[in-house]
Amino acid sequence: MTNAVDATPAVPGQAQPPARTSLSGLLAQTEIDVRLFGMLIAFIAILIGFNIISGGKFFSPNNMVTLAVQASGIAIIATGMVLVIVSRNIDLSVGSLVGVIAMTYALLMTNILPDVLGLSADFPFRWAIALALGIALGAAIGALQGFIIAYIGVPSFIVTLGGLLSIRGVVWYLSSGAAVSGLDANFQLIGGGAQGSLGGPLTWALAIVGCIAIVGFLINGRRQRRRFGFPVRPMWAEVLLGVVGCVVVLGIANFANNNFWPEGLADRIAAQQNWGPKPAGGWHIPAGFPNPLILLLVVTLVMTFIANRRRFGRYVYAYGGNPDAAELAGINTRWTILKTYVLMGVLCALAAAIASARLNGATLDVGQSYELYVIAAAVVGGTSFAGGIGTIPGAVLGAFVLAALAYGLSFIGVNSPGQNVVAGIVLILAVGFDTLNRRRGTTASAR
Amino acid sequence: MTTVAAPPIVEMRDINVAFGGVHAVRNVTLDLHEGEVVGLVGGNGAGKSTLMRVLSGARPADSGEIMVNGSPATIRNPRDAKSYNIETIYQTLALADNIDAPGNVFLGREKTTRLGSLDDSTMEAETRKIMGRLNPNFTRFKMAVRSLSGGQRQAVAIARAVYFNAKILIMDEPTAALGPAETAQVRNLIRQLKEEGIGIFLISHDIHDVFDLSDRISVMYHGQIVDTVDKTSVTPDEIVSMIILGKRPDEATEKELEQLELHT
Repeated sequence: MTNAVDATPAVPGQAQPPARTSLSGLLAQTEIDVRLFGMLIAFIAILIGFNIISGGKFFSPNNMVTLAVQASGIAIIATGMVLVIVSRNIDLSVGSLVGVIAMTYALLMTNILPDVLGLSADFPFRWAIALALGIALGAAIGALQGFIIAYIGVPSFIVTLGGLLSIRGVVWYLSSGAAVSGLDANFQLIGGGAQGSLGGPLTWALAIVGCIAIVGFLINGRRQRRRFGFPVRPMWAEVLLGVVGCVVVLGIANFANNNFWPEGLADRIAAQQNWGPKPAGGWHIPAGFPNPLILLLVVTLVMTFIANRRRFGRYVYAYGGNPDAAELAGINTRWTILKTYVLMGVLCALAAAIASARLNGATLDVGQSYELYVIAAAVVGGTSFAGGIGTIPGAVLGAFVLAALAYGLSFIGVNSPGQNVVAGIVLILAVGFDTLNRRRGTTASAR
Repeated sequence: MTTVAAPPIVEMRDINVAFGGVHAVRNVTLDLHEGEVVGLVGGNGAGKSTLMRVLSGARPADSGEIMVNGSPATIRNPRDAKSYNIETIYQTLALADNIDAPGNVFLGREKTTRLGSLDDSTMEAETRKIMGRLNPNFTRFKMAVRSLSGGQRQAVAIARAVYFNAKILIMDEPTAALGPAETAQVRNLIRQLKEEGIGIFLISHDIHDVFDLSDRISVMYHGQIVDTVDKTSVTPDEIVSMIILGKRPDEATEKELEQLELHT
């Protein structure tokens, strides 16, 4: 269609770079996701706001690490919820799934592994065996729900609502209504805390790896675009992105390393491991990044990779955008949908590990209402219920925004009903703002 | 009927499709040769699209046989059809609106790296090549196809069908949503593809389109083929009367033809 009218006069095969005249044009040249950037600003604004209200007490390394640990479980599941909602489904069963898997971990380590299988507490890698079994259970329940949704055709809302009710009931039967406690010491490290953190040197090492990855990513991206003759970002934008990225990563690492082990714990471990005489000001052992945050980082990277660079992810988005088109393109859509629920089960197992490790056991209500926070995180993060739209980093950021609100409100003394009022209003505001923005942007915007 | 020595590249024999009690396609037999365009015409609900959906694998037939290059073919889903180099451009275009042009061109048949990851750079480069042929003004390779114009979206749908070495191309109302200039482009493209030896089934409401482009014309009426005629042996008026009456011109009575004259 050589005569097709094109809105922008263009050189054939060459996209025009955005104009440099306006602020939005400058932002577009860096090719930063504007929406994600806006959310990041909102998140930082929330932190600063609470810091001012609390008289400078809120923004401490200790508080931020706790906040991160609280957000990680929700954020991990939210990465999967994005794919489920993108493909026009929903999963209401995640809270109950977390509950049943957390209880399974607890029973495995207190009961089944030692008494039934004869693996006593000193058996190596018991934590890994328990974790593997929990992940398998999550995947199996996810597969069953996914099968009923994709192959039998029962709406996902119904199937997972049934899951929400019945799986929570199963938790009661598993332990006859009792709370179970006493997990392996190694398993407890999954939940964070002073010992369940990377420690100073590893935190620095990870930050440096992060910086190298950022620079490598930018260089590789530029080289790829050059190779195929695609337009590249202006050099100033590349350098800016690289410098800002590295400074932020190193800054966060430094911040996390300013969170020190509690004095009592440091003294005790020092005595156990013969660290020698106590220094004058007491031990200063940097805790660094907590393990749940590392787990979240890995999950986010893997899930982003799956969503953007694997066929499965492409098919999920294609199905969400137009189910008929996906089917006619020869995609096995049912198998794709089933896999999203298997993935959800696995992510729930990881979140359940964090939750039960922090509790050192499981109660009947572990994971209660998770489904609501997870869906809220995904939606605040820009996932659309119309299908086909949503990003994994967005959902993670959404989880952090909601967690920061809840933690900040409780920090300044607002009770939990009050936190819910605010969370609900923020949810509606976020989506409302997004809807307006999209409507205005449909004519001229990128996706 | 034309007389061609080589076996037809597609032959559909005694195809039946029923939706509940409605017989959408009844005992239809149809063939297509290399480099031939067969126009498929008929009123709304005559069964044209349903018949073509059988061939493209979107809706398998209840009974009947499909032969590709003279040997029996099993087409149960779109993947099967594509494996026989049968490509379809649907009336709805069947694009995933939230994905960019390269993503749509390669949807379901993505290029991957050695490790199985999507090779977006190669897919974009290939899409740039094919679009350079179909629509040289096309530049919006990174945008969701939602934000493209009707003609550009059509070009993406055509690129998807043409890129994968189609031998048999089904075009369902390819010009219905297009302006005059773009329609001319699609017509040129059809002639060009025909030159390359591709067999094309062309569904259209536009009798002039069909007369211009087709070698043979099959008329469908209430799920059945009224007749398949050589374009040179009929007039457009005769085709119109077949579409409306469901009878061959020699079968129609004088009275029926008179009524038709009154209507038109």
